Amino acid sequence: MQTKRMTFSSRWLPYALLAPQVLITVVFFIWPASQALWQSMLRQDAFGLRTTFVWFRNFERLFDNPLYLASMKTTAIFAISTTLLAMSLSLLFAVMVNRMLRSREWYTTFLVWPYAVAPAIAGVLWWFMFNTSVGIVPYMLEGFGYDWNHRLDGNDAMILVVLAAAWKQISYNFLFFLAGLQSIPQSLLEAAAIDGAGRTKRFWTIVFPLLSPTTFFLMVVNVVYAMFDTFGVIHATTEGGPAQATNILVYNVFRDGFVNGNLGASAAQSVVLMGIVVVLTVVQFRFIERRVNY
Amino acid sequence: MARIVMDDLHKVYPGGVKAVTGISLDIADGEMIVLVGPSGCGKSTLLRMVAGLETITGGTLTIGERVVNQLEPADRDIAMVFQNYALYPHMTVYNNLAYGLRNKGVPKPEIDRRVQEAAGMLQIADYLDRKPRALSGGQRQRVAMGRALVREPAAFLFDEPLSNLDAKLRVQMRVEIRQLQKRLGTTSLYVTHDQLEALTLADRLVVLNGGQIEQVGTPMELYRRPGTVFVAGFIGSPAMNMIDMAYLRDRGAAPPALPAGTDLVGVRPDDLSLTPGESPAMALRGTVALLEPAGAESHIYVTLDGNAQPITVRVPGLPEVAEGAAVVLHAPLEALHPFNSASGKRTG
Repeated sequence: MQTKRMTFSSRWLPYALLAPQVLITVVFFIWPASQALWQSMLRQDAFGLRTTFVWFRNFERLFDNPLYLASMKTTAIFAISTTLLAMSLSLLFAVMVNRMLRSREWYTTFLVWPYAVAPAIAGVLWWFMFNTSVGIVPYMLEGFGYDWNHRLDGNDAMILVVLAAAWKQISYNFLFFLAGLQSIPQSLLEAAAIDGAGRTKRFWTIVFPLLSPTTFFLMVVNVVYAMFDTFGVIHATTEGGPAQATNILVYNVFRDGFVNGNLGASAAQSVVLMGIVVVLTVVQFRFIERRVNY
Repeated sequence: MARIVMDDLHKVYPGGVKAVTGISLDIADGEMIVLVGPSGCGKSTLLRMVAGLETITGGTLTIGERVVNQLEPADRDIAMVFQNYALYPHMTVYNNLAYGLRNKGVPKPEIDRRVQEAAGMLQIADYLDRKPRALSGGQRQRVAMGRALVREPAAFLFDEPLSNLDAKLRVQMRVEIRQLQKRLGTTSLYVTHDQLEALTLADRLVVLNGGQIEQVGTPMELYRRPGTVFVAGFIGSPAMNMIDMAYLRDRGAAPPALPAGTDLVGVRPDDLSLTPGESPAMALRGTVALLEPAGAESHIYVTLDGNAQPITVRVPGLPEVAEGAAVVLHAPLEALHPFNSASGKRTG
């Protein structure tokens, strides 16, 4: 491999140029992360006056806590459903928009808009729509004989947060799927048409396999999003309830640390989450480097 | 095995662009027809109309005994070889070949038999397990051919299949395509912009220009007796020289007895010589502008006295003329092609 070597007039210039990025990484990543690591091994008394170093006790307690293990399960269900829903809907939209000729740009613009909405605002939007007393959706569902109440029913609450979280991610997925679809040479589809494959068959035997690198990339991004980036959505809609039904790991970190004031446990949970991110990232890079199919 | 009849075919795009304007052609069973013309002449559009990839906006298209205007590509019983091969990149060569047969519901042993047979015919049997990206350009070309072969269709459609290959491979594949087509006797429609490919492959050659047929005929017919100025300029390399009658008259070099209405005379570079033959009809004076040796032959570019347009002469071997030397070019009467510049047609 050929490496480009730049020559700088001053010895310090390259370091100065790198400094802002290094500084940001240190201040916003390395430092908090190391703090979390350190704090995860501390225990504070209720008034914050005394801290003791407890080694891995926080972790031990965490994995002995049935509520935390339940939260892991909740997170898995939430992440998988959100990813599946967000990806299948956005693929559907992308395929449909890709078929359009004239109005394609309009639809693309509109479908991307949700991405610009702040998570908390989106959460409030969903909160209003699904509000058990004034919301439009429960009112309509009642017409079908379904009694919607996400404040009492854990399943309803889960459906609500999955919907809200997926809605947010559809725009992003849509853009990638659309780009992926457009990079499939038209002649391949024509060849398949001549080879006697109908529309549906063409999609599943040609388009879908050729999209697989995009699909895989999005899957990783979506799982990461659902697990770590949905705090705002949960906070604005269900606040983890009812009875912990939507209490995903990230939300639990917030609750234990800032509501319950147990910083040590909260930090330990952050460290566990960090571990999960590392695993997911490694998996992603392994696959992307090998390319998924062709 | 089918006859293809095009009757007054038209293609108008939604924007109003007319790509094909009234093409009628009767292709006999087993015939190899080559559509040739410059870019934008409508040749690819016409081929895609036959394939069913473009809708037909006027006229009727018959393949075999059926009018296929409204049929999907899959139902037309044709196979197409694309310019970029359009191999399915995620499938092995075997699956690329088998894909169409599976879609038709051909039983497995029969698929296997046909794929093996085609692979043997095209010498790609060793690569059946590979994916297209692991193949060279020539091998991909063969796979694309194989995919058409296994279908055993009524007609083959070729859309500039050799234009992505290097010159040596192109010649080799050209020969193989012709041999294969003759052996199988499948009606074929072949689109190219390369006039040498057109001349060597075709049973009959169709020269298209501006969405219409300029001339149809065997390659030699078109070469020996081009019906229009366009065909004369398009078929044959180097291109035919066109000389104004007015210039010839001024020089007192006008050939005798050309048909009425002739104001343009064409003469092929091969038919001009530096020495007067037995019965030269024309003698043109000029100076050698450039001598271009090309191996077995040489091209001499001559600037005629009082005429800016250079004339090309093709002579065997390396002639003993120097650049800047004065020469006299001779041509026999039978080598002259008389045209009318206003109509663009041959006058006799």
